Amino acid sequence: MPAIVMPPARGARFLARRRRSYYLFIVPALVVVGAVIVFPWLFTLWMSAFDWTIGSTAHFVGLGNYQKLLGNQRFLESILHTFYFTALAVAVPLVLGTAAAMIFHREFPFRGVLRGIFVMPMMATPVAVALVWTMMFHPQQGVLNYLLSLVGLPPSLWVYSPTLVIPSLVLVEVWHWTPLVMLIVLGGLAALPTEPYESARLDGATEWQLFRYITLPLVAPFLVVAAVIRTIDALKTFDTIYVITGGGPGTASETINLYLYLQAFAFYNIGNASAVVVVFFVIVLVLALLLLHVREKTKWS
Amino acid sequence: MTALPLRDTHRSRARWRRGLRKTGFWLSVAVIVSPAVLVFLWMLSLSLKNEIDNLAYPPVLIPSPPTFGNFLQVFEQNSIGRYLWNSILVSGGATLVALLIGVPAGFGIARVGAKRLTVLILIARMTPALSYLIPLFAVFQFLRLNNTLTALVITHLVITVPIIVYIMAGYFETLPKELEEAALIDGGSVWSTFRYVALPLARPGIVVGTILAFIFSWNNFVFGAVLAGRETRTLPVAVYNVLTFEQLAWGPLAAAAIIVTLPVLLLTILIQKEIVVGLTHGGVKGG
Repeated sequence: MPAIVMPPARGARFLARRRRSYYLFIVPALVVVGAVIVFPWLFTLWMSAFDWTIGSTAHFVGLGNYQKLLGNQRFLESILHTFYFTALAVAVPLVLGTAAAMIFHREFPFRGVLRGIFVMPMMATPVAVALVWTMMFHPQQGVLNYLLSLVGLPPSLWVYSPTLVIPSLVLVEVWHWTPLVMLIVLGGLAALPTEPYESARLDGATEWQLFRYITLPLVAPFLVVAAVIRTIDALKTFDTIYVITGGGPGTASETINLYLYLQAFAFYNIGNASAVVVVFFVIVLVLALLLLHVREKTKWS
Repeated sequence: MTALPLRDTHRSRARWRRGLRKTGFWLSVAVIVSPAVLVFLWMLSLSLKNEIDNLAYPPVLIPSPPTFGNFLQVFEQNSIGRYLWNSILVSGGATLVALLIGVPAGFGIARVGAKRLTVLILIARMTPALSYLIPLFAVFQFLRLNNTLTALVITHLVITVPIIVYIMAGYFETLPKELEEAALIDGGSVWSTFRYVALPLARPGIVVGTILAFIFSWNNFVFGAVLAGRETRTLPVAVYNVLTFEQLAWGPLAAAAIIVTLPVLLLTILIQKEIVVGLTHGGVKGG
């Protein structure tokens, strides 16, 4: 530190001035973040207290929008759809991603290339992916029903069935995002110590025991990180659901995000939509904090 | 003498078991990689087949003969070229602005240790993209900016700025501070140490940040779907809106899907290792 070379008084002032010029570097970004991120948050909170449809005048209704949401069957159902979708779209990629990470953690020929291919879905444009899956889901000409017939299974209605639509959409989500879980767990595996394995092997532990009692506890913190990221993303899923089903059939796959979209940009019901955003954000925040709390616990043990 | 054959069967059984384990391992590799391969292959197959083959049952995998007609049709009849250009302008513009303000910000945050500012970015990541749209839509309506590319570039900053700031703050933190200290003692200003010492060293971080920001901006659908007009649609929006309404043919649709996603996949393959590092480092993802 330069303070050592300089007289203390001058050094302190010098450091303070330097600190100030570092803050100047942050100002432009703060202005932009304030305009496009913080302002929308506050505006939404403010608007949620008004009954306002674009083109008409706004009336202050206080908590009225929230009160109406509580009695809104369609909105409450969309919350259930979201939770159902999220639970599956977190659990399945976690299991598959961990399995894939165990495989890619080993040394084998063409590992780099194969990992590259495995990761590709994650970067692909969601709309493009959704369009291809729409064609694959088609009950008559879709390739998925053909694949089912190859293994002797009856054809499925996939996204055209009210009961199967959410699991089918989860299938797309699993295909899309398992790679991200794999990458996070792979990072965890790379940091593992080797000693516990050597001594356990000497004691005659099986591969499964090694995984269950050494690997799994050690990568648990990484699994929690993956679970947090996956939960946030699954709750927010929009593109694939919107393109493939648009919330249908009926409202069978209408998640909070889709309900929100309709309220805001089909009915221009800004007040109501803003209240939905606030509720939605609280749900995301609570779930994320809950999972981070679990993380602290796994760290501690 | 009697012990030898016994040892032999032992050895062959061990070899057999090893072979079995190896086969099982490769089988599992095939199982986890094949969904990715199959979907992309099917996408390619759909785009290269004529409409008769695309609707055939049982489905035809290998186009015979392959046709580029779908790609030509998409460019000629659906003016995909214009939307491609829109996408390049919007994602390029939003990434450029994000670099101009985000790289210095990352430097500042790393040097004053203002880690709390990155919490803001984490919360931003948790907020559903749609929720930014309602207020911005209202403001753009007021400013008469709806349906313009400018509005889209501004909105895409929601995606690009957090990614660049987050990655750059992390990257500048890993750089050794000694060189900067030396430059400062020699009387250099903070700006000149940033410009001539830190910035050149940060090039790898800038590359990763730029590409990730560009990809997530490119992939974004909902901002364009709401804010863009007929002429200013970005590629993902155009592929969904124009093609699904104007024609229900699968070939052109698959061709358009490939045109949207190919640039991204190429970038991914090109800098696979860097992307992996950038993504796992806090799991940044836009939208």
